[in-house]
Amino acid sequence: MQIVKKILEGDIKTAARFIRDIDDKMPNVSNVLKKLYPHTGHAYIIGITGFPGVGKSTLVDQLIQVIREQGKSVGVISIDPTSPFSGGAILGDRIRMQRNALDDDVFIRSLATRGYFGGLTASTKGVVDVMDAMGKDFILVETVGVGQDEVDVMNVAHSTLIVLIPGMGDNIQAIKAGILEVGDIFVINKADQKGVERTVRDIQIMIEIDQSLKRGEDKDGWVPKIMRTQAIAGVGTKELFDQIIVHRDFLFGEGIDYYKKRKYLRDRLELLDMIESKILGDMINRLEKSGELDEALGKMYDDNIDPYTLCDDIIERLLHKDI
Amino acid sequence: MSKRKIRILVAKPGLDGHDRGARIIARAFRDAGFEVVYTGLHQTPEEIVAAALQEDVDMIGMSSLAGAHLYLFQRTLDLLKEKGVEDIILTGGGIFPEEDIEKLIDMGTKAIFMPGTPLDEIIKWVRDNIEPRKGL
Repeated sequence: MQIVKKILEGDIKTAARFIRDIDDKMPNVSNVLKKLYPHTGHAYIIGITGFPGVGKSTLVDQLIQVIREQGKSVGVISIDPTSPFSGGAILGDRIRMQRNALDDDVFIRSLATRGYFGGLTASTKGVVDVMDAMGKDFILVETVGVGQDEVDVMNVAHSTLIVLIPGMGDNIQAIKAGILEVGDIFVINKADQKGVERTVRDIQIMIEIDQSLKRGEDKDGWVPKIMRTQAIAGVGTKELFDQIIVHRDFLFGEGIDYYKKRKYLRDRLELLDMIESKILGDMINRLEKSGELDEALGKMYDDNIDPYTLCDDIIERLLHKDI
Repeated sequence: MSKRKIRILVAKPGLDGHDRGARIIARAFRDAGFEVVYTGLHQTPEEIVAAALQEDVDMIGMSSLAGAHLYLFQRTLDLLKEKGVEDIILTGGGIFPEEDIEKLIDMGTKAIFMPGTPLDEIIKWVRDNIEPRKGL
């Protein structure tokens, strides 16, 4: 297949256009992805997540520089939110990364969430596979600015970076479940601002509590690290990258059992997710084409039938292919 | 299969530092349901075309206020051709002498929107003239 060949050769135009097809859920996509899959597994995937405005894009830009200085190639997936009202989106993360635009070994792609929750897009895994198959050494996945439980990126990335700034992650926030639990490396960005010691201490305590509650084999896992950066000035980003490499070496070295367990859970989730979205996509398509949804609403208004009954009825008929 | 979305790159080439117009357009495009990539100020045609290629946009909307438009538009069109993506449509807005508009159109720019053009008119033009690319 021509598309597969071109993507494997690293052809930017073909890759860029195929990524659009993934995003738009075009019918031919899974056939191409099937053929690309055997050529994936080379790239090391780094997830970057955190609240809006903490400096994720700037940090990504700096990591690109460090990776390029080492002569490695890099793909970047940058995610911004879709407007729930119009379905449109402004994808502006590139502004901070545009200095790499002319470097053929840097491929940056902006994606819109399109209603997908969890900080990523429905297409992210596929796009990662495309960049991997293109031969990128590193892939950086920058999530949409997230809140407390958008943690999907940990299922895509080898190393997950949680970016914070001084004044965030106070005592109470830090012990809540969610985003802080998925970090392999905590990056305190804008570390020249006041309150940085307090933030570092709070995260440190959280990590220690987390470790002390671990039992048995979980104890052999990775202990999250805290790094300080001033991404805008490039301060601490080399050290951060070195720490990512330490994490990588751990995952593929002494932590290999821990990594395998993590990978199994991730692959399981991914497969489930794929099945779910395919079933769901198919059913919703049928439902929307059939006009049954409006018919059901009619019953709700005219015949006073409750939505729970209507829902059960529709599902029943979808399952029996009556819709 | 979901509906294809129109993707647009809003670009700000050249030396002037005024991107209010570009930002308003970006926002209006978003509200019209398009996906808009904005690359910020002071972009060269090389950077703009590289971004358009990687982002697989259907259209570039270029804002120019500083007078170098004839070069900037021509160079952008040349580069689109060179990269094999001349199917990406170039449009422009900004401040141009009356006599240059024809030159911009003649070189291959599909539309020029002058100051004061209602946003609805621009969006309508996009809807009427830009078709999201077919799948591979």
